[in-house]
Amino acid sequence: MKQFLSFVRKEFYHVFRDRKTLLMLFGLPIVQILLFGFALTNEVKNAKIVVCDYAKDQASQQIINSLEAGGQFEVQENLLSHREIEKAFRKENVKLAIVFPANFNRDLLHLNEAQIQIIADASDPNSANALTNYATAIIMDYQQELMHSRKIPYTIVTETRMLYNPELKGATNFVPGVMALVLMLICVMMTAVSIVREKETGTMEILLVSPFNPLLVILSKAVPYLFLSLINLTVILLLSVTLLELPINGSLFLLFAESTLLIITALSLGLLISNVAKSQQTAMLISLMGLMLPTMLFTGFMFPIENMPYPLQLLSNIVPSKWYYIIVKSIMIKGLGFSAIWKETLILAGMTCFFLIVSIQKFKIRLI
Amino acid sequence: MRILLFLLKKEFKQIFRNKSLLPMILVAPIIQLLILPLAADYEVKNINISIVDHDHSTYSQKLVSEITASGYFRLADYGSSFNDAYKQIENDKSDLVLEIPHGFEREMVRENSQALFIAVNAINGIKASLAGAYLNQIISSYNEEIRLEWMQPERSNQSPIITVTSSNWFNPHMDYHFFMVPGILVVLVTMISTYMCALNIVKEKEVGTIEQINVTPIKKYQFILGKLIPFWIIGMIIFSVGLFIVARLVFGIVPVGNILLLYAFLAVYLIALLGFGLLISTYSETQQQAMSIAFFFIMIFMLMSGLFTSIDSMPTWAYYIAKCSPVTYFIEVVRMIVLKGSGSADIYYHFLIIIGFAIFLNAWAILNYKKTS
Repeated sequence: MKQFLSFVRKEFYHVFRDRKTLLMLFGLPIVQILLFGFALTNEVKNAKIVVCDYAKDQASQQIINSLEAGGQFEVQENLLSHREIEKAFRKENVKLAIVFPANFNRDLLHLNEAQIQIIADASDPNSANALTNYATAIIMDYQQELMHSRKIPYTIVTETRMLYNPELKGATNFVPGVMALVLMLICVMMTAVSIVREKETGTMEILLVSPFNPLLVILSKAVPYLFLSLINLTVILLLSVTLLELPINGSLFLLFAESTLLIITALSLGLLISNVAKSQQTAMLISLMGLMLPTMLFTGFMFPIENMPYPLQLLSNIVPSKWYYIIVKSIMIKGLGFSAIWKETLILAGMTCFFLIVSIQKFKIRLI
Repeated sequence: MRILLFLLKKEFKQIFRNKSLLPMILVAPIIQLLILPLAADYEVKNINISIVDHDHSTYSQKLVSEITASGYFRLADYGSSFNDAYKQIENDKSDLVLEIPHGFEREMVRENSQALFIAVNAINGIKASLAGAYLNQIISSYNEEIRLEWMQPERSNQSPIITVTSSNWFNPHMDYHFFMVPGILVVLVTMISTYMCALNIVKEKEVGTIEQINVTPIKKYQFILGKLIPFWIIGMIIFSVGLFIVARLVFGIVPVGNILLLYAFLAVYLIALLGFGLLISTYSETQQQAMSIAFFFIMIFMLMSGLFTSIDSMPTWAYYIAKCSPVTYFIEVVRMIVLKGSGSADIYYHFLIIIGFAIFLNAWAILNYKKTS
């Protein structure tokens, strides 16, 4: 036990002496919370549009004004001919073009019918869709103003309630996601690399021939990262409560217990990678290339998993952070207790056992 | 020149000898490019709905069948207790609940107006608002049908009507892969070349072999070129495989614009990136450090690049941060050339900026690189 503690101390020295890595370890979660909290939104704002107004009359001007008033659109320029539209799309970041035909107002007042054409840059299909819908809604509002309001019989009214997140904040969705991502990536990468590093520089050989149990050597490597990850978790939670005003509805203790479980899962995955990889480069590439993008996507906080093709939905089941994400959402946001998440917990625990058993079996006390 | 050739030979030998590294460099990006675009799909479909029907009338039946026939919704549960339905939401079995009140049909005819109650799981705000909007659309078109049953259709030409026609250019089928595949390809190339370059140099530092090179008459620029050229070539190869094999054969994306222009941009972009990798390596002593720093920046670059969310929607401070990353420009250019067929005049400004990045990053790295420690 005393030996073990002194090994843990050695590892802590390693970690704390490397200031640059440490800065990254703590800086990353903070930056991510800030970026996801304030910079990355799926709302459409300030989309650049061009207008091609052949009518230049009162009605078209009013519609253009109300398009600009909402804050979603920024009218870049008024094109003279629709032939310039394609050029505008190619050259700049113009997302939408709106064409008013000549005599727009006259047709509208006298024939009771007029047309507007919306052309979207659909190379980004989602924002094309959203922008077309916004613009159509604004035009329809204008039309509604023209019509005298009448009471329509046999109307079904819908009352919609947004559960858990009435203001439709993005934070509710991504804070659990960032927690999963950060814990997963940092633990896996850091353990894998720090073990392989001893192999690469040759110091592992010395540790293995010492009377100290080789398994404990490995275990002592994991302890500092478990500790650091818990600090990270606390920082993320503090930031999300104070800065993003996202309350923790469930039990804090349960949240930490489940997080510790995920950290252990990630650490044992890191252990497994370190057994397979021979050089630090390989270990890093496996944990980065093999984990970073898949974890981001298959956790389900950026893209809903149920939209994916079925084989990918199956594949997402082997990503531990997916289960953790479900757990955190249930505890933090829905405020549920352990009875709601025992299945997910069991899956995570199972994964941990699997990783541990495989890596212990693969663990060799002789390097060559 | 001869020295440079020797150095290149050494680098390539080292890369090709490492049997576990090579597949990671070449195969991993390709597999990711195959899988990730399929996963990155914002389109909302398969929304699970629980319907609580207190009425059990012909009208409520008809509404239910309209909702399930729409293709957006999957009926997860059809019952008569709201609490049961709410449980379904808690367990993630369903995404929204529609409650049809008792006496829906009767009151509708008698009172002229009826309310339906919808509760949406809004943890994912975008999905929730879309799902709510779809459901409201279905309900209002159903409402229209009921109204027609009871009223004579009136002449609609009494009030002014604006018809809005919309068309989608550059991607008429609204295929999301067209948007994601080029972007993901850029991120993969960026990750591989920056990491490889940064780690490779730091490895020589950590293992100590850099000392041996430092005491030889090899010049600073020769050593750096010897490190940059192999990874430049690898970056080019990965990008080409991704563009011509994966994007074209699997996703059917045929670049509309000039390929040579794209490659010219890629060439400069890779120089800028490798300069960045070099810069990281000059600031770090161990591979772990280099990896941490590279990871930190690439994460920010990737999130801010406009790959997932549009940079125009960001607040001003974030917009300027996004503008400080070379990845943002390349993603924009790849999408412009591949999807819209933009020409050299259109990306002139991007080109100047990326050349600026290349010069700035490399100059900084070379100044900071010292042969003596």
